[in-house]
Amino acid sequence: MRITQGTFSFLPDLTDAEITAQIQYALDNNWPCSVEFTDDPHPRNVYWDMWGLPMFDLADAAGVLVEVNACRKAKPEYYIRVNAYNASYGKQTVALSYIVQRPTDEPGFRLERQEVKDRQIRYTLHPYAADAPHGRRYNGQQ
Amino acid sequence: MGFGMSSPGRDAAGSGASDDAASAEETAEKTLPPDARVDLAKEREATGIDGVFDSLDADLVGLTPVKTRIREIAALLLVDRARSKFGLSTSTPNLHMSFTGSPGTGKTTVALRMADMLHRLGYLRRGHLVSVTRDDLVGQYVGHTAPKTKEVLKRAMGGVLFIDEAYYLYRSDNERDYGQESIEILLQVMENHREDLVVILAGYKDRMDSFFASNPGMSSRIAHHIDFPDYTLDELDDIGKLLLKAEGYALTADAKKTFYEYLEHRKEQPRFANARSVRNAIERARLRHASRMMATDQAVGRDELTTLTPEDFLGSRVFTEANTETPTS
Repeated sequence: MRITQGTFSFLPDLTDAEITAQIQYALDNNWPCSVEFTDDPHPRNVYWDMWGLPMFDLADAAGVLVEVNACRKAKPEYYIRVNAYNASYGKQTVALSYIVQRPTDEPGFRLERQEVKDRQIRYTLHPYAADAPHGRRYNGQQ
Repeated sequence: MGFGMSSPGRDAAGSGASDDAASAEETAEKTLPPDARVDLAKEREATGIDGVFDSLDADLVGLTPVKTRIREIAALLLVDRARSKFGLSTSTPNLHMSFTGSPGTGKTTVALRMADMLHRLGYLRRGHLVSVTRDDLVGQYVGHTAPKTKEVLKRAMGGVLFIDEAYYLYRSDNERDYGQESIEILLQVMENHREDLVVILAGYKDRMDSFFASNPGMSSRIAHHIDFPDYTLDELDDIGKLLLKAEGYALTADAKKTFYEYLEHRKEQPRFANARSVRNAIERARLRHASRMMATDQAVGRDELTTLTPEDFLGSRVFTEANTETPTS
């Protein structure tokens, strides 16, 4: 099951040229970019691991793409995303966030039911990938 | 994390690329037939490069070898662009440079113009200049240098990285100096990211020579070693006139003579820094002019406020020392 999180996630995966164009768009708007990765696909997992520090004062997209590629090389079967932060007063939030790499095989989620008092049922999502410990998910890589 | 990964082609520069880059993308798409003709003069006009050359000639006095080399580089890039229109393969030319010369010979100024020129010719995507020294590249403890250098390199991508006094990167007396690590990362990026940034090393001639002698890898990766000659007296005089004009001052006929004499004396004295010394001399003359104005009792007009007289220069230490022939420290 293909995870759809962040901007462009309902489109086919972005090519490097498209990623470069998006990074350049962010930089032209003065939004510093950062790269993050995770192997926990749950939609409520908002805290991904940072790949290095956010990159300030960049003029050209090549600088960010270098880090994206370095992260891809080090974390081949992880989700990787690029965040662009809008620091202007009144915004101060992530302006653009999109996935630039996903594992080759995404097993998806199962629905779990929990019976509580008065015959109520609570539902939750459980990613199959999360059955394995951190670092051993998705084809056992890394 | 490494820099050895693939990087985007120039065509993938993105939506934010300038008009020049956009037109370059359009032309790259269709290949011309082998019997077509390309008007190089028109191409040259389209880049607006002549404006850069004109301002280079107007603002920078002398420096003939430097200007010649810049014109050669511009010609090469224009021809490369024409070649790519015919679908001929053109490898990205190596444009890393080293600027050597005495202090105040215009190395930084030329580097700025170079960034602008390479951007107009479509070689650089952004055309900004990131000026750094050893402090910005080399860290203070183990493991600090690599991230620091890489951050600077990422900032410079799409433009020019100008490393002032580059010889400080290498300290021959200390093997474990972190500068070496910084040089290695630089070399790698200079080789693999040629189309992303241009590295310009600058420094004084003799010390740069010994720097290259101890780092042969660096020397061979730099295609253009440009030497900035010292200015002649007449050139210095012209620089002075340009500076005065820019500041809105004029010299009386006597003052012109005195200014020339001043340059003659100053050139012989130690710590002479070419154009920078001229600028300082003018700054001090302005100080003396101002205090002379304050000392007068009468009202002053526009002419008095804009005219420097010989006495504004004669008050200089340079003249008193030249007369008594005492050596300066």
